[in-house]
Amino acid sequence: VCFSARSMATTAYLLSITENVKYYLLIFLVTPFALIKKKQKQKKQTRALPVKMAAPLTLLLLVAVTVRAALFRSCLTELIAERVEVVSPLTAWKRGKGAPATPLIIYLFHFLVDYAEVTFMLADVITAVALYMAVADYNKQVFRKQKYALEADRYPLDCLELIRSPKEMYYIPLKVAMFYLLNPFTILCCVAKSTCGLNNAIIALFILTTIKGSVLLSAIFLSLATYQSIYPLTLCAPALLYLMQRQYIPVNFRRFSFWWFIAQYAFMYLGSLFVLVCLSFFLLGSWDYLPSVYGFILSVPDLTPNIGLFWYFFAEMFEHFRLFFLCVFQINVFFYTIPLSVKLKEHPVFLIFMQLAVISIFKSYPTVGDIALYMAFIPVWNHLHRFLRNIFLVSCVLLACSALFPVLWHLWIYAGSANSNFYYAITLLFNVAQILLVSDYFYAFLRREHHLTYGLYLKRKDGSEATLVLK
Amino acid sequence: MAARRRLVSALLVFLCASSVFSGAESQEATLTGGHRAAAVDDPPTDTERAEQAAEQPAVEERRWEATEVEEATPDEAAGEKQDTSAPGTAAPSSAPQPKDDFQEELVVRPLHSGDIYASFQFRTLWETDFTRENKVSHYRLFPKSLGQVISKFSVRELHISFTQGYWRTMQWGQPFLPSPPGAELWVWFQDSVTDVDGTWKELTNVLSGIFCASLNFIDSTNTVQPSASFKPLGIGNEATDHRFLRYATLPREIVCTENLTPWKKLLPCGSKAGLAVLLKSEKLFHSSFHSQAVHIRPVCEDRQCKTTSWELRQTLNVVFDLYTSGQGKREWSLFKMFSRTLTEACPLASSSKIYIDVTDNPQGEQFELSPATALLSQAVVLGDRRTFSVYDLTQQITFGSVRSLNLLIRWKSTEGDMLRPLLHAERYVAGYGLQTGEIHTLMYNNHPYRSFPVLLLDSVPWYLRLYIHTLTVTSKGKDNKPSYIHYQPSKDRLRPHLLEMLVQLPPNSVTEVTVQFERALLKWTEYTPDPNHGFYVGSSVISSLVPSIVAMDTNSTLKRPLFSSFFPCKEESSFFVRIYTEPLLVNLPTPDFSMPYNVICLTCTVVAVGYGSLYNLLTRSFQIEEPSPGLAKRIANIIRKMRGVPPL
Repeated sequence: VCFSARSMATTAYLLSITENVKYYLLIFLVTPFALIKKKQKQKKQTRALPVKMAAPLTLLLLVAVTVRAALFRSCLTELIAERVEVVSPLTAWKRGKGAPATPLIIYLFHFLVDYAEVTFMLADVITAVALYMAVADYNKQVFRKQKYALEADRYPLDCLELIRSPKEMYYIPLKVAMFYLLNPFTILCCVAKSTCGLNNAIIALFILTTIKGSVLLSAIFLSLATYQSIYPLTLCAPALLYLMQRQYIPVNFRRFSFWWFIAQYAFMYLGSLFVLVCLSFFLLGSWDYLPSVYGFILSVPDLTPNIGLFWYFFAEMFEHFRLFFLCVFQINVFFYTIPLSVKLKEHPVFLIFMQLAVISIFKSYPTVGDIALYMAFIPVWNHLHRFLRNIFLVSCVLLACSALFPVLWHLWIYAGSANSNFYYAITLLFNVAQILLVSDYFYAFLRREHHLTYGLYLKRKDGSEATLVLK
Repeated sequence: MAARRRLVSALLVFLCASSVFSGAESQEATLTGGHRAAAVDDPPTDTERAEQAAEQPAVEERRWEATEVEEATPDEAAGEKQDTSAPGTAAPSSAPQPKDDFQEELVVRPLHSGDIYASFQFRTLWETDFTRENKVSHYRLFPKSLGQVISKFSVRELHISFTQGYWRTMQWGQPFLPSPPGAELWVWFQDSVTDVDGTWKELTNVLSGIFCASLNFIDSTNTVQPSASFKPLGIGNEATDHRFLRYATLPREIVCTENLTPWKKLLPCGSKAGLAVLLKSEKLFHSSFHSQAVHIRPVCEDRQCKTTSWELRQTLNVVFDLYTSGQGKREWSLFKMFSRTLTEACPLASSSKIYIDVTDNPQGEQFELSPATALLSQAVVLGDRRTFSVYDLTQQITFGSVRSLNLLIRWKSTEGDMLRPLLHAERYVAGYGLQTGEIHTLMYNNHPYRSFPVLLLDSVPWYLRLYIHTLTVTSKGKDNKPSYIHYQPSKDRLRPHLLEMLVQLPPNSVTEVTVQFERALLKWTEYTPDPNHGFYVGSSVISSLVPSIVAMDTNSTLKRPLFSSFFPCKEESSFFVRIYTEPLLVNLPTPDFSMPYNVICLTCTVVAVGYGSLYNLLTRSFQIEEPSPGLAKRIANIIRKMRGVPPL
């Protein structure tokens, strides 16, 4: 059996992709044992994976760049660049010098102003490729872990159908890249020249370097992302967890190695942040940018409508409660980091996904570009789909809201037949849908983990089929 | 009277000698015509022309000088009268005479549109030093309230105007003193002031009390420091640091009686005597345009500027639309305009005159003026030589036998050329919807062959977020790059945008300045009580040196009519003009003011949904749901438990 499987596998890679997958499925279902034996072989094959996938990825990149280039040349550019859903005061290209942009971005575009379109397309491509590579690497590890667990017979017997097969995992990196590049939200974001695309690229590079296990680069990119917009600071928790997991450092508060690693990472993170801040100071010659950028993010002085929760809330807020609610809302973003890290200690990549979603829902100036980043991860959680409870409803609401945003905006701003409440209602609904989506994925993830420990077909004491509830 | 007769005869002799006149009033009209012809037709050398130009004012000058010599005695007498009538003052022999002087004048210019432009100017000059150590305490003509303001706040120059209505430059020509709609205040502080912003804040509050106006609404969000547009008009206007300048406008300010009364109280005679008796609010505010201003500045007394004095200039400009209110008859009189006639000059005034602009009426074909006056005057004002009929109120003869002066102008013809000012400007907002917009400023240079530079100043409130990179300046379809741009970006809720630029206007052209902006959504408490009325954006200020047709008078210390001596003139070939565009009314998107509670509740609900669902998943764990036993079974179990029997 072992021999045949090996030969079949080798031929499978020479055959077309679909056949390959079929064979893999076959191998997988016939004998998990074979997998263990084929350990070394498997390694070689997985390494060959990106090379084989290079052609479809290149095609995807070409399509994405073509779509963007075509839109840049069309008359829609102006229209898209004005959409409040796509650009926030913080990311708007159109605001020019008036925008509270970080000095490095200003400096960057000082040189690249003539190549802005190329830069934004490149940023999207970098994000997509980084996510692709990160997810490919992550899947490899997931697969390996699953293999070890199977070896150790850790899964209950009825859980075989929860085991992930290479077939389903094979296309995931490509799907992630596609979800990011061909997501209308990303395309709009790129065409509007929203600097959100650049922030996404930095975060994607941070994810890639973290997953590749490069501590220094991870810290540098995290500090860059933080420098750009404070909120990615919360991503340091999953990064630490992942890197420690990778280096087999136990998450134990009493262990020296744990604290030593945290100190190292913090040192690298703070060091590069310090360099960035000082560099900005030398570029501008003053510290004025600190209050004008970070004060702008934290104190929300600009109430231009967007898809977030802040604008209307603080436009309608009573002045003497303003500071209190500002603190409540801002803390809300950082608040979930620790409980989520505790709960998802073993699954830092899912934690990254959760954190990105929380940031994009509760940040002060969200745009659709932020949503696009965490939505790119959805294909990674393909295996959770059987546990999702209301994905249909949520996706319908998200789609309907996306369509209604421009409609109600027009009614309010141009036609004058609606007022601000209409637009506000849609932002509320959109955010509820996002919250439901994220919590649904979280629920599904936890449930799958539960099943992997306790078995898929649970029985009550009396032997009847059991239903799982949260208690 | 004898002196006057002598004067008139001397004048007649001079006129005869100049061989243009033989004497009577009707020929006086040809004086201007003849001289104009000389100026236009003759191609004499420049020196000759200059001589001629100098000669003509010399005539008037002589007459005026003569008048002033004649007046000298009554003036002193008046001063003595004042002293004796006010026994509280120190003995005139021991104390030095306060070197102060008060003049009043009214200029009336019939406009081609059928309207009447009346401009009052009251000037108090006082040779004193408000900045010296021991405070000035003895006030005679100068209002004490303003004197104290100058010394307390170390003010170097103060210009404040309140205007109702918009000056239509295209129909009415240039005003003698321009002012934007609403309230405008600009102040130069002394170099010794350390906390300029604090002083400015206090000053605006004090002025708010003095003029009963909402100047206390001037704060950092509508105050700018123009770098080039507002130079000091008094002495020492060369080396200036614009850190000591503050400029603010309140375009929404409504000017009415409560502003006029305190303004009149600053006059030495109040509204009891002199030209100020005409200032009755029920008539003044029933007009197309009304503007009152106070200008304080230090000026030179003589050419070498050995002695300086403080000048307080109170001006009031009003345009009456008599054509529509006069039931089709184009006829006006002092009584019809102001519902008063004049009976005397202000006894404290050293000069009190009425000027009627008769430049366009040399033959009396346009209108008829009665009572007629023999006195004519010429003055170079706004780059043009104008002829005026002069009524000297210090002369009893002016009032005639009825002891009251009621000037009457009766129009004869209805047609007239439209005045085409060399420079004028307009502004509007383009675009639709409440998201973005575009400000268009159009500047017209109507000079047929000369181009000249203008300084454009725009102060835009922060809630219109200017996209400064969309700024375009085009004239004659071509890009016109400004040679100087000073832009200060706004800060939310702190300071407005300030845009100043120097643009060269090609001859006979329209220059268009456009800039796009985005409308901000404000906090609900930041909206005015009528938010859907819109928000006012103050006028653009356009300052320029416009090429002059005639040689301007550069000696500012020369005795001239007040209306022609406000802006100092540096060179003969050009004159200073400042024009204001229309203020803009811009609508902003509004939140629903009725539902702060609802919004707070709904948003917090959404946050709670997020918190709740995550909290649920974080704190709870999956468990198999056991069917809960029925109520009867549970009660039975409780009883069994009490009995110590195992439950069912």
